[in-house]
Amino acid sequence: MNRLTLLLFLISSVLINTACSIKPWVKPYERDHLADSIMSFSRDPVSASYLHHVYQAREGARGAEGGQGGGCGCN
Amino acid sequence: MDRAVAVVVTDTRYILLLLLLLLSRITAAAVLPEERADAMFHSYDGGGVTINGPSILVRKQLGNSFSMSGKYYVDSITSASIDVVATASPYNEKRTEYNLGLDYLRDKVTMSAAFTISEENDFNAKSMHLGVSQEIFGGMTTVSLGYSRGWDTVGKLGDPSYAKDADRQNYRIGLSQVLTKNLLMELGYETITDEGFLNNPYRRVRYLTSATTFDYQDEIYPNTRTTNAVAFRAKYYLPYRAALHGEYRIFNDTWGINASNFEVGYTHPFRKNWIFDFKVRSYTQTSADFYNDLFPFVNAQNFLARDKELSSFSSLTYGAGVSYEFAKSGWRFIDKGSINFSYNRIRFDYDDFRNIPVGSANGDAPGAEPLYGFDADVVQFYISIWY
Repeated sequence: MNRLTLLLFLISSVLINTACSIKPWVKPYERDHLADSIMSFSRDPVSASYLHHVYQAREGARGAEGGQGGGCGCN
Repeated sequence: MDRAVAVVVTDTRYILLLLLLLLSRITAAAVLPEERADAMFHSYDGGGVTINGPSILVRKQLGNSFSMSGKYYVDSITSASIDVVATASPYNEKRTEYNLGLDYLRDKVTMSAAFTISEENDFNAKSMHLGVSQEIFGGMTTVSLGYSRGWDTVGKLGDPSYAKDADRQNYRIGLSQVLTKNLLMELGYETITDEGFLNNPYRRVRYLTSATTFDYQDEIYPNTRTTNAVAFRAKYYLPYRAALHGEYRIFNDTWGINASNFEVGYTHPFRKNWIFDFKVRSYTQTSADFYNDLFPFVNAQNFLARDKELSSFSSLTYGAGVSYEFAKSGWRFIDKGSINFSYNRIRFDYDDFRNIPVGSANGDAPGAEPLYGFDADVVQFYISIWY
């Protein structure tokens, strides 16, 4: 677990620091496809949070669902 | 286990602090979430459990820097699940959840805070959520950090003096990356620690009293639990206007559960107003160390569980959804709207959780009953407007 956390930290640090020296390779005017609503990871938050709640209530796993997260408050 | 939890929490706090310091050096652009309102009816029906109710989510911008959100959510539960049928009486109950959130955009960083209250007649939960996210690298990368704290109070019907507490803390790190003009990637990590009363006060475990008979006793869980999950998601814009997505998540916890899930999906707009969604999701997990379908004798070990959510099982979901967009060029005060319907069928197959009611009816010996499994139908119907 500690190794995993450390690895994530190192990857994030490298990405953040190298971000300052490399220029963005996808220009803002090339992002019309990415801006399309069908490319959103959770197009409808009300629906995504409901499905996370269903899975959290029926499965042992939880966390890293994307979006706001925060748990379902269910026992 | 307490020491392990403390180490994980301390490490995560330290790392989050360092990441915040790194982020503070970098400039970027950010926007507030869209102004929209959603009204949903949801329904879950499976394994003798029916849960349905409304959910309303409203988000409104205040000036140029603030966005406020409010959520109202109800679960109306009718339960005659296999646990309930075997050891208690079917019941009805209602859970109501309220959530209020505020997002603040300043110097191109979005900060968010939210508070949630969840009320049931035998279970109350309060939680607060804090988050910060920043677009960096010309908008190609978004880094987000989150922290939540929750306070649960577990009660027991018929015993007004029964009140047990559990505290919860969540730490989240997210990284979203534009890889090409058609490909997005997201990486998320979340660790959650629980401390306190983590049992369900009604659920019981069974143990053998002879070769042909068994009895029940209350389950006993550890007072701490720490879980870790790492998720990877990708979304790809196809050569025509449609999108593919994939997700893989791995999970482990200090109770010995290892899990993973995999999902693929396809989004297909049709003509001007329709969007169709299809997905398949597969989930599998191992059981908790202290789980057993049938313990060999009473008080067989210090921790005891026979909760099927802690057993070894797999599930498979097939989902489809359709959205119809209306007023796309605006109508009165709204910018656009959509009517949405989605259906998911989830099949659960348990590897070491046995169907006692069926086994008893067949005259099966304890431990020789058929394994349990069920299908759940999950339906969502919602209307959304943007303004």
